[in-house]
Amino acid sequence: MVGLATVFGAGGGTSSYADIEQTDVIVLWGSNARSAHPIFFHHVLQGVRNGAKLYVVDPRRTESAQWADLWLGLDVGTDIALAHTVAREIIHAGLVRRDFVERATSGFAEYAASVEEWTLERGSAVTGVPADAIRELAHAYARAPRAQMCWTLGITEHHNGVDNVLALINLALLCGHVGRPGSGLNPLRGQNNVQGGGDMGALPNKLPGFQDVEDDVARAKFDAVWGTPVPPRNGWNLTQMFEAMGRGDLRTLYVIGENPAQSEADGAHAEHLLGSLDFLVVQDIFLTKTAGLADVVLPGSASWCEGEGTVTNSERRVQRVRKALNPPGDARDDCAIIVELARRMGRDWSYPTMEHVWDELRSLSPMHAGMSYARLEALGGIQWPCFSEDTLEPPYLHGRLWADDPASRGRLAPFSVVRDEPPVEATDAQYPLRLTTGRRLDSYNTGVQSRGFDSPLRTGETVDVSPEDAASLGVADGETVRIVSRRGEVTAPVRVDEGLRPGLVFMTMHFPDEVDVNRLTIDATDPKSGTAEFKAAAVRIERLPVPAWT
Amino acid sequence: MTETTGLTVRRSVELTIDGAPVTVPEGTTLLQACRSRGTEVPTLCYGDTITPKNACRVCMVEVEGSRTLVPSCSRKAEPGMKVRTDTERTRHSRRLVLELLGSSVDLSLTANVARWNEAYGADPARFGPDAATVAQPVKRDNALYVRDYAKCILCYQCVDACGEQWQQTFAIATAGRGFGAHIATEYETPLPDSACVYCGNCIQVCPTGALMFTSEHDMRAAGTWDESRQSRTDTICPYCGVGCALTLHVQDDRIVKVTSPSDHSVTHGNLCIKGRFGFQHVQND
Amino acid sequence: MDLKIASASATDAERQAVDALLGPPPEAARGAERDERSHRVARGGASLRALRHLMLPVLHAVNDRVGWLSRGAINYVSQRLDVAPAEVYGVATFYALFSTAERPARQVHVCVDLACRAAGGHTEADLPPGAHASPCLGLCERAPALMVLEAGERPTRAVEAPVPRPRVAEVVAGGACGVEPAVAAAAPQTPDDSLVLLHRVGRVAPTLAGYLSSGGYEALRRAHEIGPAAVVDEVTASGLVGRGGAAFPTGRKWAAVASQPATPHHLVCNADESEPGTFKDRVLIEGDPFALLESMTIAAWATGCGHGWVYLRGEYPRAEATLRAAIDEARAAGWLGPRIGPAGQSFDVEIVRGGGAYICGEETAIFNSIEGHRGEPRNKPPFPVEVGLFGKPTVVNNVETLVNVPAIVSGGGAAYAGWGTEGSRGRKLFCLSGAVARPGVYEVAFGATLRHLIDLAGGMRAGATMRAVLLGGAAGGFGGPDDLARPLTRAAARAAGTTLGSGVVLVLDESVDLVDQMMRIADFFHDESCGQCVPCRVGTVRQREALARLVAARGAAPDARAADVALLRELAQVMRDASICGLGQTAPNAIDSAISRLGVLA
Repeated sequence: MVGLATVFGAGGGTSSYADIEQTDVIVLWGSNARSAHPIFFHHVLQGVRNGAKLYVVDPRRTESAQWADLWLGLDVGTDIALAHTVAREIIHAGLVRRDFVERATSGFAEYAASVEEWTLERGSAVTGVPADAIRELAHAYARAPRAQMCWTLGITEHHNGVDNVLALINLALLCGHVGRPGSGLNPLRGQNNVQGGGDMGALPNKLPGFQDVEDDVARAKFDAVWGTPVPPRNGWNLTQMFEAMGRGDLRTLYVIGENPAQSEADGAHAEHLLGSLDFLVVQDIFLTKTAGLADVVLPGSASWCEGEGTVTNSERRVQRVRKALNPPGDARDDCAIIVELARRMGRDWSYPTMEHVWDELRSLSPMHAGMSYARLEALGGIQWPCFSEDTLEPPYLHGRLWADDPASRGRLAPFSVVRDEPPVEATDAQYPLRLTTGRRLDSYNTGVQSRGFDSPLRTGETVDVSPEDAASLGVADGETVRIVSRRGEVTAPVRVDEGLRPGLVFMTMHFPDEVDVNRLTIDATDPKSGTAEFKAAAVRIERLPVPAWT
Repeated sequence: MTETTGLTVRRSVELTIDGAPVTVPEGTTLLQACRSRGTEVPTLCYGDTITPKNACRVCMVEVEGSRTLVPSCSRKAEPGMKVRTDTERTRHSRRLVLELLGSSVDLSLTANVARWNEAYGADPARFGPDAATVAQPVKRDNALYVRDYAKCILCYQCVDACGEQWQQTFAIATAGRGFGAHIATEYETPLPDSACVYCGNCIQVCPTGALMFTSEHDMRAAGTWDESRQSRTDTICPYCGVGCALTLHVQDDRIVKVTSPSDHSVTHGNLCIKGRFGFQHVQND
Repeated sequence: MDLKIASASATDAERQAVDALLGPPPEAARGAERDERSHRVARGGASLRALRHLMLPVLHAVNDRVGWLSRGAINYVSQRLDVAPAEVYGVATFYALFSTAERPARQVHVCVDLACRAAGGHTEADLPPGAHASPCLGLCERAPALMVLEAGERPTRAVEAPVPRPRVAEVVAGGACGVEPAVAAAAPQTPDDSLVLLHRVGRVAPTLAGYLSSGGYEALRRAHEIGPAAVVDEVTASGLVGRGGAAFPTGRKWAAVASQPATPHHLVCNADESEPGTFKDRVLIEGDPFALLESMTIAAWATGCGHGWVYLRGEYPRAEATLRAAIDEARAAGWLGPRIGPAGQSFDVEIVRGGGAYICGEETAIFNSIEGHRGEPRNKPPFPVEVGLFGKPTVVNNVETLVNVPAIVSGGGAAYAGWGTEGSRGRKLFCLSGAVARPGVYEVAFGATLRHLIDLAGGMRAGATMRAVLLGGAAGGFGGPDDLARPLTRAAARAAGTTLGSGVVLVLDESVDLVDQMMRIADFFHDESCGQCVPCRVGTVRQREALARLVAARGAAPDARAADVALLRELAQVMRDASICGLGQTAPNAIDSAISRLGVLA
């Protein structure tokens, strides 16, 4: 969200799912949408059916990659190198969309100079992708009348995730693939309301509607309606909070619907910090591992089916969630818990219904102003921005950049000069394998929601290795092995995956109670977004000793 | 006459249905045209998210000048067409097709069939007790859904939803030929050994109850399935950020099955395994 | 696509059979060796999926090599064509010549169809163990017949006819098929210079030299001179209509395709001759293959097609070998290829071998089959001239229809129209089989009487008395001695409530069990229904059940049978009215005529 906000001012995908169906080239970069965003992939498939070419950039030859006209299997963490090489090739082949670059962007010369060293040869050497494949991607993306760039955690879960995003945005700027029907940039959100959380101001530097905390005018509006001054300084992101816990500056934590004890990289460290807090409150629908550490647990409700409200999806579509079930036992609606807490603190927040909360938000966030509950209902959700109840904006963002009139073009979109940086942890003789992580189709995050249903696809956690590595390690499919990183070790059965190349292994974090993969991952985070480098750790695999007869 | 929708201009087509003049946008099927004026044309294999295969042949209407009856679900309206929905020929055809299907397939859970049998005087029992049927045991090879092909009318909707038209997993296809044609995985392998990804999009489009949530199947077997006590609530899937619309079917404060609205721009009625089946964590047991 | 392939792997032989056809797996494709490059790039997508039309050839390749389609083989085909295993399985199980169960490499298919059982051949009930019952093998002029398919590194396909019962047992036990008689035997009229369609059959060797020395390719030269539009005009003027049964005006079809802006245009020659009692296309291809190639080249010229497919039924090994040799020779001499003649026409022809499915002779089912799908008919409209093979404008013509074209182009449409009658212009081939003295293919002008045809065939076989005649095959209808004076025109056929169909004239004498013939027709449609639409899929079953009951109740009081008689009539109506394609629509015809005209149940 940070990358897009930096360049365009709004932290949201610029296209709609419908645009994916009407385009000429689709690039999935660091996204295995077939497994992780299956219904988004339906739109990709419709696009392919309508004639779009599909390019997939991913270290693994994933299910998504198997649909691609061309798959590019880069080394983990070399996305910027690849993007820069693509950019240089576009520039040198004379494929830059000059009219767009001149009218709508800034900083091209500096950017072009910064990628000049990224020849195909160098790019190929750094990323591992053959030069001809990089060239083909560059030419296909640049020559396409319309093109979509889509990414997800494969781009963002790196210590330099924001720079990765900026490097991809640069490519769209170079080719004018933004702000038009069928062309755009699509970050696929990992959770059903990541986008909505950002929209609502659940970011340390934002108020609802992406208004800056440090903007006095914006803040004054909120002060007036909320009847209390909003602190005029940015808060901490999750990483900074853990750092503050480490320093002892943060002693009390209220966690709602998160399981950081298991979802954070270097889990052992995270668990230790959470355990040393003075006071930890967890509001959740499960007694998660984090809740197990808490001083107070507030049983909440499942917001998607036990309460009312809205969520925002990856195409900025705000949609209603509705109550279908009563929360069990003493569990309460999350909003009711917060209102009750406020009451005990001496504030009477009288929201008779969630719609009243929403209407207050609409009065404060211009991009949501036109989204009444009635309209959300009638239209099957509305994409932001929606400034008034009488209008709808185009389904893609930043069309302004194409305006003939400079005044209506607004702020120019800046190219970003970013540097290629390898993953924090290199592989070496002791830890020769690159561990990367991701999701499987039938599971989700730490498995809190997904483990309950009886999926026929579920095999439990495995360590996926290439056939070559399995052979050289002398391990068989299904054999339990020990996976060791500098931070910890776990055991898991081997699954041989032809989609992996030698040196690359894959695990998920779906089964932390059985195999806590975050004992292996590295706690290196992006300073701009606070996202951890889940995608690149160095590990080794050891065979377990054959158990002796007893 | 023209109608402008967005940037595309659709011409109008004038035709008559049962003698009455009707004007519809170009590209409208005869079935849509009939429905638009409130004329019921029965159909079993038509689903609103799948391009019709027109395999059931219940929806046949008479078009002047056509040697045979025509399937209203897929035939587009043409200027000057004279369509008759209720003639001796169409009634005969519908009655016989209902009898042919009813005598070979278990239509007990198929909507409207009893009413249509009555309306058209169809008697599926007339072929006698020895008439060949597709009766066979229920296939129950996974925890999430059952396949009861004794109820399959071979409408192809599950195949198209799993394959070409939506999911493109192609775990199932029509296999065999003639009366032996059936829906199958490769080598009739059980689902857990097949390519099935349990998106359940086949269940959503199945018009006869041949494909069914295990929860519904078992409740029906136990006699506890009661749609009059069920609510349907639209909400959004709690998993990834795509924002799929779910319709939760709830009986006695428990989710008994999940569908997706077929007119939703994100899903078009389709879900993945998590959205379709991943609700166990909120069940009040 | 993201295939999920079960663990079963192809054997070396299966893999070799596939690779021999497709070449080794391309770089970094699935199934290829894992190397440094394949760890970094892979191609797939549309380019891989574009191979689907090789499905049927690949399945044949495996079947020819090992005799059946194992799970491992289907998995490998699936990987190579990027088509899911379930889809491959669905296609494989559609065709009667394939098996997804293990079986011996050698298969003997014994024809149990109308002409063969009338000639004393086997029925389903009395086949020797190990033999397969086969629908009509198209060898009716020398019935009864069988076909032997033997898989292996050098697969063989052979037929033998006539094959008396003791010989059947010998062949099933492993005996080799005898040598096939020369094709001349199947065209007893030749040599006869007045023949237009058959004049080379059995008389001129099926070689390019023979063809060129007997006036071959003169018509193509003329077509190139007068240009495509004039060719269409001549064909239109000739009054030529389709000979496959539907009788659609060929000129109109060609004009429609020629005028379509969508490209490319395709030409499909329907040589899936499977109507029981029909064998004329086989004789034409075996006896004069270049005539078909020249005709297709002219058709392609007239309609703007760059590529032609001959969809040839899988049970015609000699026709396939003859045509394949002819194509090779024509290509080598520049009569097929990128620059044909001074006009520089670009056109080539490919043979697609059918897998044993009558329905694939339906003009849209043939598209699905060529495209690598199950051979199920498509709904019409859209018609093939607009949306046909691979979704493009397509000319589909039957073999016989096409071979009329050189005479039309050379002699002019008007002259051609001089043959025949007002409503039925031109020349027509008839397939005479059964109780006539000299069975075979006969060419006459439309309007000849049935009696004339039987006289041409030497009259009734010695000692035989005509009891019935089946006109038009299983999709046609029965007539009796009363019909001998009837002229063979479409109008007359229509008036008599029957059809000329594909030109079947199966003459049945008193020795033939007509009830058995009728039941065989019911079985045939039951077996050959594709299963897509309800009226045909279930209707053919109910029709057979009702007939069986009526046969069992022969001699019972009419009242006891009235319900089933009414049922048959009602079934016939719904099948005609509501089936998707001609198979279902015509499935009740012959049965209806057997009951109403011949009184077989009386």
